[in-house]
Amino acid sequence: MPHTARTLVRTLLLSVCLGPCAASSPAQPVPTVFENARVITAAGPEIERGVLVVHQGRIVAVGPAGSVTIPAGAQRIDAAGRVIMPGLVDTHSHVGGVAGADGSAAIQPSVRVFDSLNPFDPGFKRAVAGGITTINIMPGSGHLMSGQTIYVKPRGIKRPAEGGGGGVSIDALFILDAAGEPMGGMKMANGTNSIREAPFPGTRAKSAAMVREQFVRAQEYRSKIAAAKEAGKPDEAPARDLALEAMVEVLDGKRIVHHHTHRADDIMTVLRLQKEFGFRVVLHHVSEAWKVAPEIAAAGVPSSIIVIDSPGGKLEAVGLSWITGKALEDAGAPIAFHTDDWITDSRLFLRSAAYAVRAGMSREGALRALTIEGARMLDLGDRVGTLEAGKDADFVLLSGDPLSVYTKVEQTWIEGRKVFDRADPDDARYAVGGFGVGSPTRPYMCCADHAVGAAAQ
Amino acid sequence: MTPARTLTFLLSCAAVALPCAAQIAVKGRSVYTMDENAPGSMMIENGVVVITAGKIAAVGPAATTLIPEGYTVIEAAVVTPGLFDARCTVGVSGVLNQRQDQDQLERSGPVQPELRAIDAFNPDDTLVGWMRSLGITMLHTGHAPGELVSGQTSLIKATGRPVDEAVVVETAAVAVTLSPWAQRSGGSSPGTRAKMVAMLREELLKAQDAERKAQSEQQDDAAIVPENKGEKAHSGLRAQVMQRVIRREVPLLVTANRAQDIAAALRIAQEFNIRMILDSGAESYLLAQELRAANVPVFIHPMMARAYGEMENMSTTTPAALLQAGVPVALQGGYESYVPKSRVVLFEAAIAAANGLTFEQALATITSRPADILGVSARVGRLRPGLDADLALFEADPFEYLTRCIGVVIDGRPMLNDTPK
Repeated sequence: MPHTARTLVRTLLLSVCLGPCAASSPAQPVPTVFENARVITAAGPEIERGVLVVHQGRIVAVGPAGSVTIPAGAQRIDAAGRVIMPGLVDTHSHVGGVAGADGSAAIQPSVRVFDSLNPFDPGFKRAVAGGITTINIMPGSGHLMSGQTIYVKPRGIKRPAEGGGGGVSIDALFILDAAGEPMGGMKMANGTNSIREAPFPGTRAKSAAMVREQFVRAQEYRSKIAAAKEAGKPDEAPARDLALEAMVEVLDGKRIVHHHTHRADDIMTVLRLQKEFGFRVVLHHVSEAWKVAPEIAAAGVPSSIIVIDSPGGKLEAVGLSWITGKALEDAGAPIAFHTDDWITDSRLFLRSAAYAVRAGMSREGALRALTIEGARMLDLGDRVGTLEAGKDADFVLLSGDPLSVYTKVEQTWIEGRKVFDRADPDDARYAVGGFGVGSPTRPYMCCADHAVGAAAQ
Repeated sequence: MTPARTLTFLLSCAAVALPCAAQIAVKGRSVYTMDENAPGSMMIENGVVVITAGKIAAVGPAATTLIPEGYTVIEAAVVTPGLFDARCTVGVSGVLNQRQDQDQLERSGPVQPELRAIDAFNPDDTLVGWMRSLGITMLHTGHAPGELVSGQTSLIKATGRPVDEAVVVETAAVAVTLSPWAQRSGGSSPGTRAKMVAMLREELLKAQDAERKAQSEQQDDAAIVPENKGEKAHSGLRAQVMQRVIRREVPLLVTANRAQDIAAALRIAQEFNIRMILDSGAESYLLAQELRAANVPVFIHPMMARAYGEMENMSTTTPAALLQAGVPVALQGGYESYVPKSRVVLFEAAIAAANGLTFEQALATITSRPADILGVSARVGRLRPGLDADLALFEADPFEYLTRCIGVVIDGRPMLNDTPK
């Protein structure tokens, strides 16, 4: 991009404050400059001694020392010995007190997970303690379709006494699209989690058939609406149907399907349905993607990997391997990671990338998979996921290398505001544990509970 | 041991034709012996471990430790004692998590101490091999938390060999749960915390009485040989095991997380003067002094356990807090009912090392400490002449995420990974 064009874009971005920055408290009357850190932009080579300039919720400039103009009057922070990287993007999490679709049916696209979320849930604090700044919060995987997911930033809820705007609703965490609507996807699953007594499917083939029926219904619903509109007879449009409305958003590509799928044959089933109905999809978990990596790459479908310490725990995860990251990378398929929090802990999200590297994935690919690749899978690649001028000022300050067990997340910033500071004892608690840090109950998984077993603890 | 003595030892082994198949030496840039009594430090730079007939024959600096001719030399950057999972259900709760491979919890009754882990352990389960490939050579495995007295635990080596060959201690502990995890619903007991404690006390009282009776009968009957002491009076397998607890031969391994449940456990330990190990102990940091005073060591929950419910107040700084108070601690892979089916104790210790423990302290929680606490330090837990030749080999700092495990040596037999893992 020519310099003038880039400046223009930057100016526009700075002057037009979109949804997310409106939701956060006004921050940074003067620019903040981080100097002398190793900077991982996730958009190019790592910068040995870098400078990051942020102002009014956005990144103003980033580059090697000497190449970046330090704005006059800026607050300068010496980050020598630290690593700065983009805030982590968790493409699949159950933090916030998730309770989505219930046990009444296998397909419940009308259910919105955000209607169950508690913004005061300590899970959000644990997420920022792990450097996570963007989260796709999903309902559980016990259904074929367990409802609408929500993309949030764990900005923190602040009551007026704490200097906040007074809003104490989960809405304050939403990521809004250009039209001001909250962004989210659609959670789907196949394999064993959703197989159970009627009205749930009893087999894999039945699972696929039920999903296909649903998509056909949605296609018909969309056609009828279009026909009524074309004929200029709005009265003839079908009655509003919340489930099908959400499905139409899926068919239109506005709502991305986030699809739980583990076994290689289940992955292929998702690809088959995707081809038939043309929805946009991200494959989640993909324990056995290493067996069908070329097929996934050929379909042009991205994958979000869960990294688990040992295989099994259920039949569909017996083939889990840490080599999946490398296999998909070698095949050229887009890769992100996710915590699936509470399955793995948000505070240890960096660890997931490290284990993929341990099994052969590239460092660069793994770091991108924690950040920009996940952002793209949420249609947020132009706003978060890299350290580039114009993007949201979402970043983390690490005490050392992101792939070392000894490294601590020291600070987490969202839209130019520090939301976690390990130097603050109250924040530090959320990084290590203690009273009030955990949750009294585990996430509501509805129907996946049968897979969790009788001795669920 | 001097080189000369080492050689003598090795020659004598060969002379009596012991199974000396594994005549190997393991060289490491850093050899962590974990041996507090060894001269110098617990770590030998450029060290070597000489192994003969399944036992460690010598440990020392490569410069002064003779490797006999004909020995196979294996090299690694870091060598540690074989890792020891202080409390898990590996081999008993299988990888599939299906009814037919889950033998960690028998639901037919709340008190079944007669259930032996060795009768359920499947050495072929994928997760046994998985643990071995990550450096773990010793499993303290068996019955899970979830019933008041769920059964026994055993010490079994992760060789993958039949359990009768791999077992080191058949009855290592009796597993007890003092937590709502062991509550039963409807009209079944125990349905409350207080009922749990009452039932356990009844059980121990019964065993105490039976033991008293056995002792007085023994005085009457001089013909009983000492090995059978206490077994004459028992009325079944259950009493037999519980009397061993009363005799302090077998500890109770009590799973408790809330401070109130830990306090209840300590009350019972004192009342019956039994040996006790606290398992999990999410809130144990609140009772560090009491644990120390009661001489109760703790097998702390996995560092990556999920912080909710009974464990909502857990902390990754608990190992450091307890050590600071002088409480012996070991770490565990624990029991999981879902995914991951088994946690890897090496990874759990790594998180402890990043949260307040020194490298040596963290390594001790998965080597020497569990061996001490479970009374098998004459067999495993350190690299010391005379102990079983159980070693773990790594490319670098074993706690680092990116460091891969090269493999293990168990009883002198190298079991290396095809590619480092």
